[in-house]
Amino acid sequence: MLDLFSQLLTDYTLRTVALGAATLGIVGGGLGSYAVLRGQSLLGDAISHAALPGIALAFLITGSKAPLPLMLGAAGTGVLATLLIIGVTTTTRVPYDSALALALSAFFGIGLVLLTYLQQHAGAAQAGLDSFLFGQAAALVEHDVVVMAVLGGIALLALLLFWKEFKLLAFDPDFGRSLGFPIRMLDIVLTTLLVVAIVIGLQTVGVVLMSAVIVAPAAAARQWTDRLGVMVALAATFGALSGVSGAVVSGATANLPTGPTIVLCMGAIVIVSLLLAPNRGLLWRWWRQRSTSRRLRQERVLCDLYTLAAKHGAGNRPHEAATLDAMVSGPTRTVYVLRRLAEQGLVAETPDGRWHLTDEGLEEARRLADERNLVLDATIDDA
Amino acid sequence: MSLPQIEIQLVATVVAVACALPGAFLVLRRMGMMSDAISHAILPGIVVGVFVVGSLHSPLLVVAAALTGLLTAALVETINSTGQVKEDAAIGLVFPILFSLGVILIAKFAGDMHLDTDAVLLGELAFAPFNRFTAFGLDFGPRALWTMGGVLVLNALFLALFYKELKLATFDPGLAASLGFRPRVLHYALMGLVSLTAVSAFDAVGSILVVALMVGPPMTAYLLTDRLEWMIGLSAAFGVLNALVGYWGAHVLDVSIAGTMATTTGLVFGLVLLAAPERGLIAQWRRTRRQKWQFAVEMLAIHLRQHENTPEAARECRVDHLQEHLNWDGPFAERVVERAVSRGSVRRENGHLRLTDEGREVAQEAATRT
Repeated sequence: MLDLFSQLLTDYTLRTVALGAATLGIVGGGLGSYAVLRGQSLLGDAISHAALPGIALAFLITGSKAPLPLMLGAAGTGVLATLLIIGVTTTTRVPYDSALALALSAFFGIGLVLLTYLQQHAGAAQAGLDSFLFGQAAALVEHDVVVMAVLGGIALLALLLFWKEFKLLAFDPDFGRSLGFPIRMLDIVLTTLLVVAIVIGLQTVGVVLMSAVIVAPAAAARQWTDRLGVMVALAATFGALSGVSGAVVSGATANLPTGPTIVLCMGAIVIVSLLLAPNRGLLWRWWRQRSTSRRLRQERVLCDLYTLAAKHGAGNRPHEAATLDAMVSGPTRTVYVLRRLAEQGLVAETPDGRWHLTDEGLEEARRLADERNLVLDATIDDA
Repeated sequence: MSLPQIEIQLVATVVAVACALPGAFLVLRRMGMMSDAISHAILPGIVVGVFVVGSLHSPLLVVAAALTGLLTAALVETINSTGQVKEDAAIGLVFPILFSLGVILIAKFAGDMHLDTDAVLLGELAFAPFNRFTAFGLDFGPRALWTMGGVLVLNALFLALFYKELKLATFDPGLAASLGFRPRVLHYALMGLVSLTAVSAFDAVGSILVVALMVGPPMTAYLLTDRLEWMIGLSAAFGVLNALVGYWGAHVLDVSIAGTMATTTGLVFGLVLLAAPERGLIAQWRRTRRQKWQFAVEMLAIHLRQHENTPEAARECRVDHLQEHLNWDGPFAERVVERAVSRGSVRRENGHLRLTDEGREVAQEAATRT
């Protein structure tokens, strides 16, 4: 493991790939948080597919494979697809997700047409453009990473500058409109920033897997916090972490493509977060539910003992566990509950195996009965 | 046309119709992106299937991959049901992870197998005629034609048998559940069909085109009709149209067939979006315009009726007065009056406006309507 990380510092290719993947993770995680919160998780998938024709067009026009023109082209068609999707869903009854699916496949189709056209006509110069389909992290050079970092930095800076406005847009756009904020404009700007985040990642993970970079870190971060700032920071951290570990692991293993490895790292973080995050995590919830239902069962038995005691007019009169079984609906064996109550000193077992309330238990039961407005047709003398 | 060309078009047609049938329900049930998710997520199923079976063309492979499709639907539902992740985010999580697993499996273990990720994603329809189905020493045509034909029959059969149930579960899931139709079982059955169709089609047309053919034609049909039967029929028809136009487009331009078919699907939707008789953008624009003028003429008629035969009629019933009273600027008021005159609701009499009998009726009707 240490070996791997020392390699990270010395190996040029590995360091470049890791830096690129980290950049992509930070920007994708940060902006993806907004996409996930605003119910646009799948928009990222549509945008990344729609970027393909832009890449091909940019190459067709400039004839170069320099990262900046390709990214600009990709961003152009990505934004166009987003606008078309919004246009179609607001003017017709076509559902949003179908519009996404059609935009995704039609734009990708155009991209495919252009790529095959280039293959026929542009000779060897176009070779490598199809690496955008699945990404080719290993082919990243320092210049690519610099462009990624600059564009991503601008996007994150914009996110910080308009923090308050975007927050309003994400949580209560109607309120924002009533305050006079240009919500429509903000929506377009934030979506454009998302496009930037996607575009800078295409070369590393490709169009198909980009969706995970947008959704996974954000969905994982959401489990740990209810605060937007913390969520964005956590998502960026998770993104960077999976980017670097994906790059390192795939660099150290033969035949392990980088993009998919990064996505699997993100998947692992999501699973851990879903299970373990405090409050929202599934294990946490399971444990809380168990302790709640255990407490409710105990209180129920205490109240039953109290009812029996009231009927007999004596607080410490012992009863059979079977009597209590009969009072509880469902298959609960009260004897286990009684033993747990005995540990707390609320009930005690008589030598012949019957159970009665202790003084403490009586007091606790009286308090519970009071709380629940338990109506008794008799009173108990204080023992 | 040569024989391979005819065969390619036949395969494309059958694929298009086979995709359109479950696709219509996907669109109506707002699950269009499930076609994208499933068609990507079946990759690990295909890979594992190939490992186990050893061939790309075995019925068992189809079963393995279709099960992966069902697994995708189940995973999405499980994650969504925890209430911690929204459904769209769950879809966006599950399919890239499964797809990544598939890509990694291919890269690690399938080096010497005839299977690569490009093929799954993009497909190559042009190769369909080379893979023949032969039995008893006879050539029965392209294998893809038979598999997709089988899937088409299965899809059609399922729709025919469970048409009423699907319709009810799609439009009123609550009622369907209360009548005991098990919407969840139907949901998974539909997901199974989508997976089966995607798996069988990937090798011929690739998963992206499967998405286009599943959602594109039904969306186009949805703009044209309100009847489910018509929608399904039109979807199939549009699917065939897209496939054939796409094929010839690719032929002329010498580019990817799947690419042109997906492009055509988008273009045809765009055209119908513009030109559809009722829901099209042009029709919407014309309707709004017509309503605007009709409303203005009615307002004018009501205004004139209000002041007819009153002392202030001479003052109120002039074109330039409309500006103050109805807040219409001069040119607009003039155009409204022109329209009203040409419709015979209003007469001009030396600078004053007078309602005709017809105009009185218009005012009466508009007033009672509101």
